[in-house]
Amino acid sequence: MSSVWPRLEPLLSRVERPARYIGCEDGAQTPVHAPHKAAWLLIYPDTYEVGLPNQGLQILYEILNERDDAVAERTYAPWTDLESELRTHRVPLFSLENHLPAGSFDVLGFNLAAELTYTNLLNCVDLAGVPVRVEERREEHPLVIAGGHCTYNPEPLADFVDAFVLGDGEEVVSEINEVVADWKRSGRTEGSRVQVLRRLASVPGVYVPSMYAVTYDGPRLVAIEPRYPDVPARIEKRTIASLEDWPYPRQQLVPLTEVVHDRLNVEVFRGCTRGCRFCQAGMITRPVRERSAEQVRSMVADGLRRSGYDEVALTSLSTADFSGIEAVVGGIMGLDDNITVALPSLRVDAFTVGLAAQLQKARRAGLTFAPEAGTWRMRQVINKLIREEDLYAAVDGAFSSGWRRVKLYFLTGLPTETDEDTLGITELARNCVAIGQRHQKGTSVTVSVGGFVPKPFTPFQWFGQNTVSELERKINLLRNDARKSRGVQLRWHDPKATLIEGLMSRGDRRVGAVIEEVWRNGGTFQEWTEHFRLDRWVDALANAGLSADWYVHRHRTEDEALPWDHVSAGLHKDFLWQDWRDALDAVGLPDCRWTPCYDCGACTGYGIEHVVASAVPPAGGSQGTGQDLSVGHVVPVSLLGRRAAPSEPVEVGST
Amino acid sequence: MRVRARFTKLGKVRFVSHRDLARIWERALRRADLPVAYSGGFSPRPRFHFGLALSVAHESWAEYLDVDLVDDIDEDTLASLTERFSAVLPMGVDCTAVAVVPSIGGISLQEAVTSSTWSIGLDGGSLDDAAAAVDALLDAQSVFITRERKGKTVNDDIRPYVRSLSLDRSQVGCDRADCAGAGCEHVPDDPGVVLRAEIGTQPRTLRPAELIGALGPMWRERRVVRLAQWIDHEDGRQEPLALPAGPLPWLRTETCAT
Repeated sequence: MSSVWPRLEPLLSRVERPARYIGCEDGAQTPVHAPHKAAWLLIYPDTYEVGLPNQGLQILYEILNERDDAVAERTYAPWTDLESELRTHRVPLFSLENHLPAGSFDVLGFNLAAELTYTNLLNCVDLAGVPVRVEERREEHPLVIAGGHCTYNPEPLADFVDAFVLGDGEEVVSEINEVVADWKRSGRTEGSRVQVLRRLASVPGVYVPSMYAVTYDGPRLVAIEPRYPDVPARIEKRTIASLEDWPYPRQQLVPLTEVVHDRLNVEVFRGCTRGCRFCQAGMITRPVRERSAEQVRSMVADGLRRSGYDEVALTSLSTADFSGIEAVVGGIMGLDDNITVALPSLRVDAFTVGLAAQLQKARRAGLTFAPEAGTWRMRQVINKLIREEDLYAAVDGAFSSGWRRVKLYFLTGLPTETDEDTLGITELARNCVAIGQRHQKGTSVTVSVGGFVPKPFTPFQWFGQNTVSELERKINLLRNDARKSRGVQLRWHDPKATLIEGLMSRGDRRVGAVIEEVWRNGGTFQEWTEHFRLDRWVDALANAGLSADWYVHRHRTEDEALPWDHVSAGLHKDFLWQDWRDALDAVGLPDCRWTPCYDCGACTGYGIEHVVASAVPPAGGSQGTGQDLSVGHVVPVSLLGRRAAPSEPVEVGST
Repeated sequence: MRVRARFTKLGKVRFVSHRDLARIWERALRRADLPVAYSGGFSPRPRFHFGLALSVAHESWAEYLDVDLVDDIDEDTLASLTERFSAVLPMGVDCTAVAVVPSIGGISLQEAVTSSTWSIGLDGGSLDDAAAAVDALLDAQSVFITRERKGKTVNDDIRPYVRSLSLDRSQVGCDRADCAGAGCEHVPDDPGVVLRAEIGTQPRTLRPAELIGALGPMWRERRVVRLAQWIDHEDGRQEPLALPAGPLPWLRTETCAT
């Protein structure tokens, strides 16, 4: 393998932002390749700026490079200007560390975090000089493996990805590496590719689509079944029992050029028990596993010292729910006056604003809340149990503490949504502006509206997504209403892109042909408005004889086979179905950490319980849910460091 | 107290922009744990000032940064700074010298610097072609180019900015600041055409790309390296901060440049 740098260097003077192709970041490794080491190229199929901060990729990067039998390098999707230079000058996709050709690695490992990056995956494989379709690859080609949240419906990419990995990657990556390293040491002889894939299929959490047969009845999917007896009929996701055992990344990458989320990121817990019904991340990452406050504090202190960042984000799906939050905040504030702490997923209540005020002494530019829906009825449907008074208290707290802008996130196109619910969004925003005007003149509230896309392994997986014209109609309702409302600024996502996200979220294997055609027609970077073109997708669907109505807009039935039924996020399908019925009845479901177990399956299936750092409910009380935490509940949580046996429940809330 | 640092920008990091370099220094200053002064307001930023900007893709042996400190530092701390800065800067950005400079009454680096010396590698013609182009430019009374300034297209005479220009036929290609001269081992196999130019920077700077354009349409830049910045004074000129004498064995640039 030799570096492509001499051929690449002259091209870099001709492209935008060349610093994203040079590597050299602080925290970048200098892997030394060897015949006994499986060589991984970890790829985020979007731009460097979007992909570099991805923590999942960085975690695997470190774990692999710590192994004696592995090396890992990174790359990201080259922007269109460099892609065109690479193709013109016949330079392949390359790694950033040693600038080696992508095709010379043993594994191309993709992180799939967004459906609209799928065409970029094909493009990266092609730029690597590797056939895009699984059946055309030979022993000399790398294995194409993908992990990340999108793999909970792997089918649309099943023709292009050799193996998918479900769930937490920390442990399984090493098990995969052993199989790949064996394959490499054995010389990748003729016929060995199918054998290595067969071996991978028996690694728990790994799905090898070519080992499964799909049957259809007309447009209807009948079943996806293993072709061989040793291949599992159902692939369970992987779950690490303790986040505390995996304090990664230890050396977060510090890029030389500006990226999104350009700050230190420390994951404080994984999983979420809030049970928001639209939120796939909250469903598929259960159970909750917290770090101890002590470990968070040391990761923050070490990370800031090492990186030179002046901002740290405490990341999770709802950071104010972290039971160690106050201890951690106290610890960080003692470090340095110029350090800013970001809480990227703010809960909507006054406690959270108080916390944010404590954390952000300087730079109070904007605070963002996500009520997600405009009326209490709608919020009960989606199980985002925020009361209006909680939102108003939060907004009042924000403006009175000196924040100048408030941003509110909403979804539209939700199940059972009426125009009254839709217009509740602008109504809430107007009330927030009025609250702000008590404190400052010229207050403005930005409302950001996204079209709802139902995702696999959520109670809404059976829901027929709103059509483009229906979403456009709702956005127009909001635009007209916002125009009349001083101080309300409306932003919205393009419903056309929402349609395609929906197609790939719940499509089956036949959608692969559509993805391939759109890619062949130049449709890369589809999550970038300037590159998205709906007509390419419409044409490709027609050419494949497929219907967006069938895949996207149709309500699914209880007995219907879903394209992801053969993979498992641990959630019982009957739990999800019951939750869907409850949603339609506008019945909310309080946080299960402080109530008896609903038996969703996520804890029991893996013999793990919600692992929290404190038996006391998080400071801030009911956190907007209205849930009564004052009386003691017996809940099945394990405490970090002293894990309670299931027979010894912990008394909560009795102090 | 104001501290001036001299540093390199060599190898792959040449593709890092001026703005990105400022952010890199901001983090480096925090990591070096110095009592850096901060601006006030909503977004406090460390107070430091660059000299002349360097175009993306150009390299340099002579970049400068002035940092304001809230507390004075002692001689030992000052002496340790070149090493401490280099340890927290990316490969290719090496701190080569540090000194205390007057902070009150001192003019900014950007105003003080009067010229830069460049090594400019060119493609597009032979050594003789280059010699002819150099002679033609030097013989001209005035050389007008059109360039954009504040959104307007202007015609500028750039001849006064070209203080010296020569075809480097002897020591071709080696642009190391610590070049040993005869017997130097850093000359590339095919250096091609390499010019040496001293370009004035006041009242505004002439960019190497503009100089190349003035030599004729066939020339394309290869490796462009700033070798020095100069401040004129009555008895001649001096660098804002000179390199220590002798070779620089601790430079890390080779590993990143390859």
